[in-house]
Amino acid sequence: MRIATAKYSYKHDEALFDSRTQYVWLLVLACGLMIFPFMANEYWLYLACLVAINIGSATGLNILTGYTGLVSLGQAAFMGIGAYTVAVMQGWFDMPVLINLLLAGTVTMLAGLVVGIPSLRVKGLYLAIATIAASMILHFVFSNWQSVTGGTAGVVVAPARFFGIDLDTSFRFYWMVVPVTVVMLLGSANLFRTRTGRAFIAIRDRDISAEVLGIRLLRYKLLSFGLSSFYAGVAGGMWAYFFRIVTPESFPLSMSIFFLTAIIVGGMGTLLGSILGATFITMVPEALKLIVGWLPISADATLILSPVRTIVYGLLIIGFLIFEPLGLQEVWRRVQRFFHLWPFRS
Amino acid sequence: MDMDWLFFTEITLAGLGTGGLYALTALAFVIIYKSTGVVNLAIGEMLMLGAYLCFGLAIGWGLPIWLAIIGAILISGVAGGLIERLTIRPMVGESPISTFMITVGLAAVLAGLVELIWTAEPRRMPAFFPDDAIFIGEAFVPSKVFYGFFVTIALIALVLLVFRYWRGGVALRATAFDQAAAYSMGINVPRVFSLSWVVGAMIAAMAGILVGAVGGISPSMGVFGLSVLVVVIAGGLDSVLGALVAGMAIGLIEAWASGFLGGEFKITATFLILIIVLMIRPYGLFGTRDIERL
Repeated sequence: MRIATAKYSYKHDEALFDSRTQYVWLLVLACGLMIFPFMANEYWLYLACLVAINIGSATGLNILTGYTGLVSLGQAAFMGIGAYTVAVMQGWFDMPVLINLLLAGTVTMLAGLVVGIPSLRVKGLYLAIATIAASMILHFVFSNWQSVTGGTAGVVVAPARFFGIDLDTSFRFYWMVVPVTVVMLLGSANLFRTRTGRAFIAIRDRDISAEVLGIRLLRYKLLSFGLSSFYAGVAGGMWAYFFRIVTPESFPLSMSIFFLTAIIVGGMGTLLGSILGATFITMVPEALKLIVGWLPISADATLILSPVRTIVYGLLIIGFLIFEPLGLQEVWRRVQRFFHLWPFRS
Repeated sequence: MDMDWLFFTEITLAGLGTGGLYALTALAFVIIYKSTGVVNLAIGEMLMLGAYLCFGLAIGWGLPIWLAIIGAILISGVAGGLIERLTIRPMVGESPISTFMITVGLAAVLAGLVELIWTAEPRRMPAFFPDDAIFIGEAFVPSKVFYGFFVTIALIALVLLVFRYWRGGVALRATAFDQAAAYSMGINVPRVFSLSWVVGAMIAAMAGILVGAVGGISPSMGVFGLSVLVVVIAGGLDSVLGALVAGMAIGLIEAWASGFLGGEFKITATFLILIIVLMIRPYGLFGTRDIERL
């Protein structure tokens, strides 16, 4: 049962975290995140970094798809822009890491606006198809703009450098990627307490009504698309620092589908959904590796793994949309509700 | 610069061949869209499935090619019906975006299945067109492109006739026009939904077999579906005429782009067209403009 949640001021009611219980749990989580790198081995640290990057990108896609109701299948390609921006800034100018990440976000946002303007003038699924187009064109640019992107061979990125320390292991990288992701999450959480964020939600729920209420549709849709691209760019920048090589094949269309799966599985239009979904979906291939390893098949396991993973992602999208459209976060809420109502409802 | 007319003609003829296939596949898309309102992103994968089924029946089971073609079309039809019944029907009344994302999932499942069963290696379809060099004027046309084109045109004509005169086709058009009116006239609308997916899948399979016969089959055939999406957007999502005209046009433009600029420009040209169309005429050349009421 939940007690001591009476609210005495409007401000308190509006607060992002409104009870002491929440603060305690957040503190526990923060401590857990701090202790984790010292307890985990290299493999789990690698996964943690990957999860953090994916959470960043999934949060961006969720702003667009979950909150504004516009589907994008170009998230991976936009991450690619961020990754290449970081690669160029690091390789040519050797700029500080955080500035590179911000620049990656900004450049990606500008590219997103260019794609968004034609496709946002029309309703419905045009943006989805235009973003496919954008990702194809971007792939073409990545592999043909030799002087900047190094063509199909790609660019090697120097490790990120913080106060003279090279972030070249997962352990060191963890300390950069997790705080950046937390900042991104907080930014997104706060966005939906402002006029802008609420405008996004209004557009998702009924665009015409939103327009009648005085929300400029094109401006806010573009803003949402730009913000989502910004997140993708920053996440792509971190991706570049993590894997340290960027090629045109690093960001295929299937990776965009991966992020779409993440937010559908996690729950569209919730922050918790991005976190749960991105974590879950990053773990799926690892779990599949284990399962395929156990199965008594003689064929080369790695050959089966890739198609099986594609199938599982597809089935997850379909299954969650039909049977649990609110996603994993709804399951989480159900568990929470059970404890809130605990002795009274049994 | 003096233009190489022979080269130009050859490229143009090849472009017409591809354009016909785009038009045929776009027809499958439009039939599904008109009757169920689903934007089917999996159209390329359905096409690929048809091609691989034909390959599997002909090579794996050793059936004669004509039997393999018929078998592949029938199995695709059954698969289309199953897809509609299991994944699309539960989404009736949900937002179009959810249904669209279901088809994204479907595309992934179909692509994965094909890769799992037949591996990622490119394959060659058994040849079933007569193999002789054909010249139109002086221009050389590969025989499979030549015959493929006429088969495509015949199929398109067949599809159009069927929808004009067959009872099911009339029911389908009635449903596309007004679901409630069609239902009250005794048309079983849910059945029409299934029917449109069955027919759409069969047409896609036919197109897939032709595409495979002309260019070989591989799990990346799904990319063909992306061009088809551009075709239907350029033509207008709900317009049969638009599908035909835009299919031909995009086939030609792609052929010219890859012939004169280089192969890597092909898909880029297609998507540049898409962006231009979205800017100038977002509902397509022949599409109906959406008027929305609250």
